[in-house]
Amino acid sequence: MIQPVILWTDALVFLLVVVVLVFALYARNKEHLRAPWRQVVRSRMAVASLVVLSAYTVTGLLDSIHFRTALPETAGQREIQYSGEVLSVLDTLLGPVRTQVEKSYSAPFATHLYTRESVTTGEGETVRIFPRLQFGGAHLADPAHKGADIAARSAIAAAQAVSATAALYLLAGVMLARRRRRPLFAMLGQLARGETEIPWRTALLAVLLIALLVALLANLSAAYHVLGTDKVGQDVLYQSIKSIRTGLVIGTLTTLVMLPFAVFLGMMAGYFRGWVDDVIQYLYTTLNSIPGVLLIAAAVLMMQVYMANHPELFETMAERADLRLLFLCLILGVTSWTGLCRLLRGETLKLRELDYVQAATAFGVSRATILVRHLLPNLLHLVLIAVVIDFSGLVLAEAVLSYVGVGVDPTTLSWGNMINGARLEMAREPMVWWSLLAAFTFMFTLVLAANLFSDAVRDAFDPRLRR
Amino acid sequence: MLAYVVRRALYAIPILVGVNLITFFLFFVVNTPDDMARMHLGMKRVTPDAIEKWKAERGYDRPLLYNAQADGSDRLTATIFFDKSVRLFGFDFGSSDAGRNIGADIKQRMWPSLAIALPQFLVGLLVYVSFAMLLAFFRGSYLDVSGVVLCVVLMSISGLFYIIAGQYVFSKLLHLFPVSGYEPGWLAWRFILLPVVIGVIAGLGSSGRVYRTFFLEEIGKDYVRTARAKGVPETRLLFRHVLKNAMVPILTGVVVVIPTLFMGSLIMESFFGIPGLGSYTIEAIQNQDFAIVRAMVFLGSVLYILGLLLTDISYTLVDPRIRLS
Repeated sequence: MIQPVILWTDALVFLLVVVVLVFALYARNKEHLRAPWRQVVRSRMAVASLVVLSAYTVTGLLDSIHFRTALPETAGQREIQYSGEVLSVLDTLLGPVRTQVEKSYSAPFATHLYTRESVTTGEGETVRIFPRLQFGGAHLADPAHKGADIAARSAIAAAQAVSATAALYLLAGVMLARRRRRPLFAMLGQLARGETEIPWRTALLAVLLIALLVALLANLSAAYHVLGTDKVGQDVLYQSIKSIRTGLVIGTLTTLVMLPFAVFLGMMAGYFRGWVDDVIQYLYTTLNSIPGVLLIAAAVLMMQVYMANHPELFETMAERADLRLLFLCLILGVTSWTGLCRLLRGETLKLRELDYVQAATAFGVSRATILVRHLLPNLLHLVLIAVVIDFSGLVLAEAVLSYVGVGVDPTTLSWGNMINGARLEMAREPMVWWSLLAAFTFMFTLVLAANLFSDAVRDAFDPRLRR
Repeated sequence: MLAYVVRRALYAIPILVGVNLITFFLFFVVNTPDDMARMHLGMKRVTPDAIEKWKAERGYDRPLLYNAQADGSDRLTATIFFDKSVRLFGFDFGSSDAGRNIGADIKQRMWPSLAIALPQFLVGLLVYVSFAMLLAFFRGSYLDVSGVVLCVVLMSISGLFYIIAGQYVFSKLLHLFPVSGYEPGWLAWRFILLPVVIGVIAGLGSSGRVYRTFFLEEIGKDYVRTARAKGVPETRLLFRHVLKNAMVPILTGVVVVIPTLFMGSLIMESFFGIPGLGSYTIEAIQNQDFAIVRAMVFLGSVLYILGLLLTDISYTLVDPRIRLS
């Protein structure tokens, strides 16, 4: 028996998905909205990074469906009791990676602990040795055979990944051949040579790369700790994958919070001018003049005090951590809308003097209609560019804020918390480097993909760059 | 000119009032001083006496806005709002929740911050402009393309990684620099060098790329074509004509950060153990010393507004086409 749990951020994440889907359906038949996107997907760089971003997004969405499992029934029990631990679909998929917890640090692919422990031998002597791990490589009778075992598992993984991508290649070939009414073999050749308008070959190569990684991790992590374990013996790979959702939530929900402020106030200031403009300009200059980190720190500190004094508001630990995450997004949103607002104000000032707006005014079109029908559509490209550019900055900011101590809840798995926790491990001798490297690698991949994608989006949507 | 400066400076006053109101609201209205006291004293076994004592020692035991029990002007001045917020306008920061004088701390700690931030700012500007000019000179070539790719990659790396990796490679492996610490006087250079180098590299991605577009924008303009048609050599064109004009957006963009250099960098100082204002702020945040955070918010806003003022003035100085109005 399971009981579904909808956390606040889950609800907002799925709201965001619905909004994106509705917009995609709306834009499907509008040529002027489709044209820039067509240009985006023609760029090989954009397609490759889109594939990477989709992989991250799917992981994040799977991690956003939460539930609680029922506790085993005891005699004479009327109602089903649910466990206090909130799990997600991703947790069940990761299964053993989550539950196989060692005693302490172990290096990637290790079969023994990283630290010595006192063990009493059969003769009653106490010796200090590196004990075998409970799970990592436990199936091996002799740890010396590790290399061969890893090679065998990798070969299986490679075969799986290649066959999966080949199936996808055939599927793409069949679909394209049917749509273009061309023979299948000609279409497959065209795909393989990369002669299609949308760079399907690049997309398939990116898929192959990700499939290889996923298959390798899936096959190896069942028997080893691929990225090692941390101080309390938790698998680092599990932590890194769970952190994806945190990063994505901060990158997207913050913009969701910020957009209404920025768009509404920016347009009002630019269109009405006069005292409205003065008030709004005063508002954003004031907010802007407080150094960002300090304002966030002040707000988060106050939120901490509030949460510490009102513990009755949260039923489970997960809810508490989730609300803190949501608050962080709100605070980041409130501090980051000023840039876009100023941009939109300037653009609205320019647009309102254009002939078509003057004509609409002369025809007696109401102000609200002018704002929504005539000005808003012409500002949307700026909004979109700002959203995709902000995303990578926010993901990076999470790490810094968690380091300062004003980031997500310490119990939330995030790259910032991983880095923060691993800071002291740098000073250990010998050094524990894998948590740090894992967090940076996962974060770097996401941010790089987002940066490359945002470049393509900007090139396609910014009319000044269009030739 | 003077009238303009005065007018702009006066405009800063309502903004500072706004900043003050926001911090007052955040620190005293969202949570009452009682909540703060309970947080500091620990949640359990807090007696009302202990809370009252904690508040009285730090001056939080007064009414928020209006003191009905006092006489005359004290009705307004013997309040938390006057004591903790209005006094900031005279740069009277009071004492921290731990009992230290904040003003003295700031005076003492801003010099190490400046010792890191100023060299980093100057070296950074030089490096970024040279790098961007190099890319712009070889525009369209493989050098340019790989330079832009490098910028995107550098931009995508977390700032924390530069610090951790730099400390590991230069201090732990190569033993070129001390890992962290600070020493006043001329010996400080040993501690300053590594943070400066790391800071410059960390900023190369974003700044290099933006400056490159500034250069390319200038290179596409008519006066450049005219100069080239008249036979001006390419290097002279770049250094004499394009550099000067591209420096306008670059300079006006960086002027705003000059006053805030005093504040130092939070992350950098805390990693390298520099006793500057950045690490001061971080310590205050981690110890939940609200008085220091309030003071730093105010100071940061003052410096930022000063930066905006300097930006406006520098615009008119470097670009005579912009008139003061």
